[in-house]
Amino acid sequence: MNATLAVNTEKQVENKVNKEPEDSLSAENLNELRECDVRESAKVAEYRTIGSPFVDESRAKMQARNVNVFYGDKQAIFDISLDIGRNEVIAMIGPSGCGKSTFLRCLNRMNDIIPECRVEGNVSLEKEDIYYSGQDAVLLRARVGMVFQKPNPFPKTIYENVAYGPRIHGLAQNKAEMDDIVESSLRRASLFDEVKDSLNKPGTGLSGGQQQRLCIARAIAVSPEVILMDEPCSALDPIATARIEELIDELKSKYTIAIVTHSMQQAARVSQRTAYFHLGKLIEIGDTRQIFTTPEHELTENYITGRIG
Amino acid sequence: MENLHIDQHISQQYNQELEDLRNKVLVMGGMVENQCRLALDALIEGDSEKAEIVATGDYKINRLEVEIDAECTDILARRQPAASDLRFIITVIKTITDLERVGDEAEKVGRFALKLASKHDRQPYYTDIRHLGDTAIGMLHDSLNAFARLDIDDAVAIAARDPEVDQEFERLTRMLITHMMEDPREIKNVLRLNWCARSLERIGDHSSNLCEYVIYLVKGMDVRHISLEQIQEKVREV
Repeated sequence: MNATLAVNTEKQVENKVNKEPEDSLSAENLNELRECDVRESAKVAEYRTIGSPFVDESRAKMQARNVNVFYGDKQAIFDISLDIGRNEVIAMIGPSGCGKSTFLRCLNRMNDIIPECRVEGNVSLEKEDIYYSGQDAVLLRARVGMVFQKPNPFPKTIYENVAYGPRIHGLAQNKAEMDDIVESSLRRASLFDEVKDSLNKPGTGLSGGQQQRLCIARAIAVSPEVILMDEPCSALDPIATARIEELIDELKSKYTIAIVTHSMQQAARVSQRTAYFHLGKLIEIGDTRQIFTTPEHELTENYITGRIG
Repeated sequence: MENLHIDQHISQQYNQELEDLRNKVLVMGGMVENQCRLALDALIEGDSEKAEIVATGDYKINRLEVEIDAECTDILARRQPAASDLRFIITVIKTITDLERVGDEAEKVGRFALKLASKHDRQPYYTDIRHLGDTAIGMLHDSLNAFARLDIDDAVAIAARDPEVDQEFERLTRMLITHMMEDPREIKNVLRLNWCARSLERIGDHSSNLCEYVIYLVKGMDVRHISLEQIQEKVREV
């Protein structure tokens, strides 16, 4: 509905300009253009996330409030407010370019490394603003870990891949402690049994699914509180995907997980809450069960049912 | 009135499959309704030819039920429908189960009609049975329309007609019992008549179920096993 309206309005403006380029400033035209403006701004004001973006104060792990993100002068994210609950898996879905990855990257300041990227609004982890000037981004990223689309192990041994984080953060006092961390991390990532005899072989020699689990082991080795996953399974086969999904389910008892995925079925399978993004806006968020059976917003419905939206 | 937009998918093939499914359900509904009308006519007119057609025609409905079920399974497996599409498939699966049972009831009436055709002398009850049947089949007809048009206001109104059918059946049963007490020799035939009335009454129940599925399809809420007042309240809420 809104989209059609926008298109119509644009067309009207275009027509006016094309038809009468000379006296485009006539009073009548000006009035019409003003009306369009009013309608446009009404449309923007209309934007309001449907569903339940917030959880109980006591359950909130991360809270984003009125987040706007710009790449140069192009706005990528519009006024998103959203809570991520403790020990929950929240899935973010939406068409390409809808801002879900950008939003995810705001949660551990991954956008800092993009020079023209500007983040406005407030993001807090356990009520603590992560964008305040004294915040150490490296420390933040240890608390809010990330797993990427393509498995990207360091060109080091499997052991070193996992041990790297704990070492730079000084989490282990001695070799025995480090061994413990490496083993338990690999175990939690359900990889230990497969690699226990080859810990000194390069991580890059593992299969794609194993590499991705190695990256998850690497992320959890520094005991993060939140794990962000940006399409962690899109480069994996269905069996490796199933293993990662199983892993996500196990990990949620200990960590809070936010996952961006293009697979709606995956979002439906692994998450407790699902957020639907569209053109940089958070359109709808709610209980995953509800989103996939009775979504409220037409755009959500169109997207998850494969309709032309 | 709502629209499911089942023709708006990116996949044209998917649109086609869902549209095809919808049409088949309506065809099946039409067949079932025909069977019911024919059965009622056969019973009241004592027409053994019509009764024969009904008694032997149920297999077509069963075949269509199996076919639609297979298509639903196929869509579930291959398309993983979500939201309204998922509700649509679930609704279809449930709807055809009820329709098939209505078909069975019609068949039963047909079989009794066949037995009663030679003893065509119970005129007084036939007016009541006609009325009961017309009301129940009317509900069936209208609930199929509500499904076709996704009209939940209609669906609620149709479901509200079921108590009328129930009362009619109760009244008829009382009369038939009285008849049996007065004339025990007729018990067998009067019982047959009562079974027919019972079948017609069941058609009303199944039609109410269809209406509940339509409400589920459109609004996504389950209104089974709650009172009519509660249904009306729930529908008004959303």
